[in-house]
Amino acid sequence: MQKYEAPIKDIEYLINSVFKINNYSNLDRFKKINPEITTMILEEASKFTQNVLLPLNQSGDSEGCKFEEGDVKTPDGFKEAYNTFIKGGWSSLTFDEEFGGQGLPTIIGVIVSEMIVSTNMAFGMYPGLTQGAYKAIEKIGNSEQKKLYLPKFSDGKWTGTMNLTEAHCGTDLGLIKTKAEPCPDGSYLITGSKIFISAGEHDLSENIVHLVLARLPDAPTGIKGISLFIVPKFLSNDNGELTDKNNVKCLSIENKMGIKASSTCEMKYESATGYLLGEKNKGMKAMFIMMNEARLGVGIQGLGMSEVAYQSAAEYTKDRLQGRSLNSPVNPELPADPIIVHPDVRRMLLSVKSFNESARALSIWIALNIDIAEHHPDSDTKKNASEFLALMTPIAKAFLTDTSFENVNLALQCYGGHGYIRDHGMEQFVRDTRITQLYEGTSGIQALDLVGRKLPQDMGRLLRQFFHPVDKFIKENISDKDISDIIMPLAKSFARLQQASAWVAENGMSNPNEAAGASSDYLKLFGIVTLGYMWAMMAKTSLSKLNEKDSDKQFHQDKINLSKFYMNKILPETSSLLSKITAGSKTLMSIESSNF
Amino acid sequence: MKVLVAVKRVVDYNVKVRVKSDNTGIELTNVKMSMNPFDEIAVEEAIRLKEANKVSEIIIVSIGPKQSQETIRTALAMGADRGILIETESEIQPLSVAKLLKEVCDQEKPELVILGKQAIDDDANQTGQMLSALLNWSQGTFASKLEIEEDKLLVTREIDGGLETLKLTMPSIITTDLRLNEPRYASLPNIMKAKKKPIEEKKPEDFGIDISPRLTTLKVIEPPKREAGVMLESIPQLVDKLKNEAKVI
Repeated sequence: MQKYEAPIKDIEYLINSVFKINNYSNLDRFKKINPEITTMILEEASKFTQNVLLPLNQSGDSEGCKFEEGDVKTPDGFKEAYNTFIKGGWSSLTFDEEFGGQGLPTIIGVIVSEMIVSTNMAFGMYPGLTQGAYKAIEKIGNSEQKKLYLPKFSDGKWTGTMNLTEAHCGTDLGLIKTKAEPCPDGSYLITGSKIFISAGEHDLSENIVHLVLARLPDAPTGIKGISLFIVPKFLSNDNGELTDKNNVKCLSIENKMGIKASSTCEMKYESATGYLLGEKNKGMKAMFIMMNEARLGVGIQGLGMSEVAYQSAAEYTKDRLQGRSLNSPVNPELPADPIIVHPDVRRMLLSVKSFNESARALSIWIALNIDIAEHHPDSDTKKNASEFLALMTPIAKAFLTDTSFENVNLALQCYGGHGYIRDHGMEQFVRDTRITQLYEGTSGIQALDLVGRKLPQDMGRLLRQFFHPVDKFIKENISDKDISDIIMPLAKSFARLQQASAWVAENGMSNPNEAAGASSDYLKLFGIVTLGYMWAMMAKTSLSKLNEKDSDKQFHQDKINLSKFYMNKILPETSSLLSKITAGSKTLMSIESSNF
Repeated sequence: MKVLVAVKRVVDYNVKVRVKSDNTGIELTNVKMSMNPFDEIAVEEAIRLKEANKVSEIIIVSIGPKQSQETIRTALAMGADRGILIETESEIQPLSVAKLLKEVCDQEKPELVILGKQAIDDDANQTGQMLSALLNWSQGTFASKLEIEEDKLLVTREIDGGLETLKLTMPSIITTDLRLNEPRYASLPNIMKAKKKPIEEKKPEDFGIDISPRLTTLKVIEPPKREAGVMLESIPQLVDKLKNEAKVI
């Protein structure tokens, strides 16, 4: 059974005790919140997601979206849920107050996103895409564009999309064919086809604003000749009142493996009116604003799915009576013991739980840096935060989603054969999670981004944003006896990461295939060590909390125990990853392509 | 017209409560607390009356520990106007609550007080009735529908045989039943606004009310575990057991 309770206590622990967000009250947006307000926001978000979104998760999956003559109907209940969502102001949580938003820190946005994903990932796609479109227009739009579109995104009356992919190109966008012809009035006529457009057509909002990559007639070939256009479904006057239907059509929706309640559209633009967003031929730069935002969002999707799968599995293993504990029965008065007594069931549950809690810490750390990068008064601090984000984006995207997919499978495994039966809802988690490793750049592309772009940038400068704090933390705590069984394993795996980084840098320089061949293993190694660092920070926090009067001793002891589990049972994987990386790419390339 | 709504901070309805190891009560440390669900319905009803322009101001009162402020804040985020916290760490029973609320009514002079019919922690179901007696105001308990008709209140009540509708002369006390309404979700802008709404802090002593308990709790224990049943072979065997073992027929 799909079961979810928002992990509010864990979130409060992370933001108040581990990352101490009241230290950031110098940032404008943090002035709006305090622990009391934050709790109220989290509780209200948990009520909405648990009571409104979760009950629509399985029904939305079995019903799916329906396509009829160009229109898309979302599953029953979605429109009402969306209206409750926008009425509550959730659509504009992190948007600027100037444009009708709530102006809250990204941290709060990320936390609420996790809850939305856990309870209904498909629903979350619609506002998720709007958020990307909002950011792109906010950062590169002109003032008229901001004034027209941003308030409409804030109140949720209009939604947004991003149109990159065409049938023949997804990863290599230099190949796109969609054309933009300039008109005398300064607008453009857009012609072409796009596929895989999430939320491209639906019945939730009165208008849909497509951000479309297209090529101008005189544009240079390849990636340097791409521009970005705003192409709304309905045209409007300057006040946002709808006028004419634009020449944009949804030709069909995809029949896909998961997130069935999210419409994935094939779009056709036939001399549709569009407006240039940002500069001519600089469309890719603009697109990356949306893309980076979206990639972090997908990482959060991984976390959200892993969390709901864990909760659903943990509940089941405590209830399911089957067989006996191998030592001595824990339920002698009943015919069998719950399966949670078995070490192997615990291995599965704890692998997922230890990921979830540390991945949540990572997502909050990243969100905090987004807030710093956007709003900090000091330019150096800002720059450091931006560099940290550039480094962590591929890791958050690929590592969180790849591990999440393993996790939802482990959670399903806890159900035995019942996990394979649709009614229990576990197989939906597996199908829904699978897309996160594919869209917004596959995991393989993220790994190439990490070793090909992020690692070599400014001679490895970005790496410092992670290596320096970890190194400092280890040095400060290594002699602390209370925590040495946590810091020692972290120090060793961190050394492996440094060794692997040096290997990739050195060998990749002379032969790019060496870096590429190691890339996925390297990204995974990086991810495991990152979560190890999160666990060490949490263990340190909880150790000091244990001695405080009135603290929740059980909560903190569990954190310390789980941290030790991570160090003992997950972190050792870094050894095998290092071996795989340093074995090089020779064996990958030695078989002729024709012999596959 | 002013309306006063009383709210209580209780163990969240999702929490599986545990008895304290010394049998003096329920374990409350590190347990999630929230607004009594019946009180949430009371707050919602007051807000609907205000939205229908029947009410000009909604005052929220809570009696309890410092943290009850959060419960008041929740009601303010839903749409109430201001709060009064009567802070006390000691155990407080329905009669004391009713006496304190009477004092607040004497000061604030509302024409309507809405309360939950009971709190889900002690399930006493007494405060509203006691308050009505102390103030000598009309009362409509277990309300499932509420309408204001000029200076009268039409209250539909859930009673054993079905529904009963009363016409009350105000000022009145109303206690809510589950079917009265479905409480709203507080919106983000209202949560932010609630931060600035005033909460007045008082102590029971300020009203000169003695809140010492009149009842003493001897002990709190878990309900006995249900024992496993037995399968019987025949109807006569069942009749025999009912007669001779259970002695019910």
